[in-house]
Amino acid sequence: MMNTNRPQMWRRDFLKTCAQKLSLIAGSIVAVGGMKAMAGEENDKYNPSEHNYAMAIDIHKCIGCGRCVEACKKENNVPLDGAHFRTWVERYIIPEDGETYVDSPNGGMNGFPELKSDKNVLRTFFVPKLCNHCEDPPCVQVCPVGATYISPDGVVLVDSEYCVGCRYCIQACPYGARYLHPEKLVAEKCTFCYHRITKGLLPACVEVCPTGARIFGDLKKTSSPLRRFFHFMDISVLKPWMNTKPKVYYGSIDGEVK
Amino acid sequence: MPRIPRQIIPLIIIIVIVIVGFITARQIFVPASFGDLGFYRADALKEATAIEINYAGANACVECHSDIDDLKASAFHRKLSCETCHGPSAKHADAPDETLPFIPKGRDFCPVCHGYNPSRPSGFPQILPEQHNPGKACISCHNPHNPTPSHTPEECSACHRTIANQKLVSHHTSLPCTQCHNVPKEHRANPRLIRAEKPAGRETCTACHSKSAVSSLEIPRIDIETHGERRVCWDCHYPHFPEGT
Repeated sequence: MMNTNRPQMWRRDFLKTCAQKLSLIAGSIVAVGGMKAMAGEENDKYNPSEHNYAMAIDIHKCIGCGRCVEACKKENNVPLDGAHFRTWVERYIIPEDGETYVDSPNGGMNGFPELKSDKNVLRTFFVPKLCNHCEDPPCVQVCPVGATYISPDGVVLVDSEYCVGCRYCIQACPYGARYLHPEKLVAEKCTFCYHRITKGLLPACVEVCPTGARIFGDLKKTSSPLRRFFHFMDISVLKPWMNTKPKVYYGSIDGEVK
Repeated sequence: MPRIPRQIIPLIIIIVIVIVGFITARQIFVPASFGDLGFYRADALKEATAIEINYAGANACVECHSDIDDLKASAFHRKLSCETCHGPSAKHADAPDETLPFIPKGRDFCPVCHGYNPSRPSGFPQILPEQHNPGKACISCHNPHNPTPSHTPEECSACHRTIANQKLVSHHTSLPCTQCHNVPKEHRANPRLIRAEKPAGRETCTACHSKSAVSSLEIPRIDIETHGERRVCWDCHYPHFPEGT
């Protein structure tokens, strides 16, 4: 009798312990999964190292309306005078003979007055300009205190708390993209609207551009509108001989543009 | 143990003081997050992110104004963001009743993009503000959300091209010919035999231009009792180009 009963008891014990262990394991898996999901939610917020922002400009589409200049000033509280710009629009007028004429009255914010000239014009067009967010930025190299830097998402930024206002970076920038804020006395520049792009919005200038002349995107994403632009346009950058590796790409730009 | 020379001891003390001083000074002056990500203050990134936005973005507008978005979707302005014309509206998006966005109504706003400028790409719709219905607000003919204007009937201009061209640049541009002329259907088939009617008296003009007329406030008004005595209007005003006379 004993011999026939004992294996049955063992089996029951065995099944009981198995059920307990299984329930424990299942519980812990669910718990760990839940924690992972919560951690995932936090990571979804914004991870700068997953991005590398860049801009493209289609000058064939720019109509020189200056909405981008105004939007930039209003979004970033840039002084509204005619001397401080984070982005501006230049008008190029190339005559049949003689030197190319470039102007940007008030950054192009209030339009461009009619130009009285007796020279025959060969070509004329608008070129929006801004900080090129270089991969090898001379401004970052020369900063003596480490107040300007490339963020992990590829945007060149200025730490206004740490800037001492020495103006080295303003001198070093080959594109004239920086200025000294007249009251704060710190260097300022285009940030690609960092406070907007980290929230998933477009930079203000791209947002308001009526013709889609400005294209903003992420070089690390295959679905970025930049990819399409690179695919169909002849791309060049400003002053490539400076070896700054700019990240503002101009499509089919005229050779006269410097 | 070898004896430390006496002259070295003050040197060691000075060196220790300098090193300790350097370390403490570094602790005090270098911000805590400096060097976490590179040769800069990592906290500066958070500060750059924390700035408030002024432009809400077109997606925020559509949440409430989907009717305008639908209208705009098939119009030439479909790719325009609302804030291109209405200005920064993040405050309005947060509290719609407290602040209202800018609504451009004047004649100076649309030519910012649509005024003629030779540097603009060819094909972009441009006008000469001095010649294009001077004095009239753009929005009285063009709905900014669907800017293609309502066309006047063009069948008359096939024969009456001179009149049609003159009317095109006048204040009367949006009026159809039938506003003033009663045109029988047969006129088109047999124009010389069956004539279109011309207005008979002042009533045609005063229907819009008298002080008591029910019409748009932009239309100039006259007092019919005192204006022009007994003359008919077209003795002095050419109806197809009224501002010319």
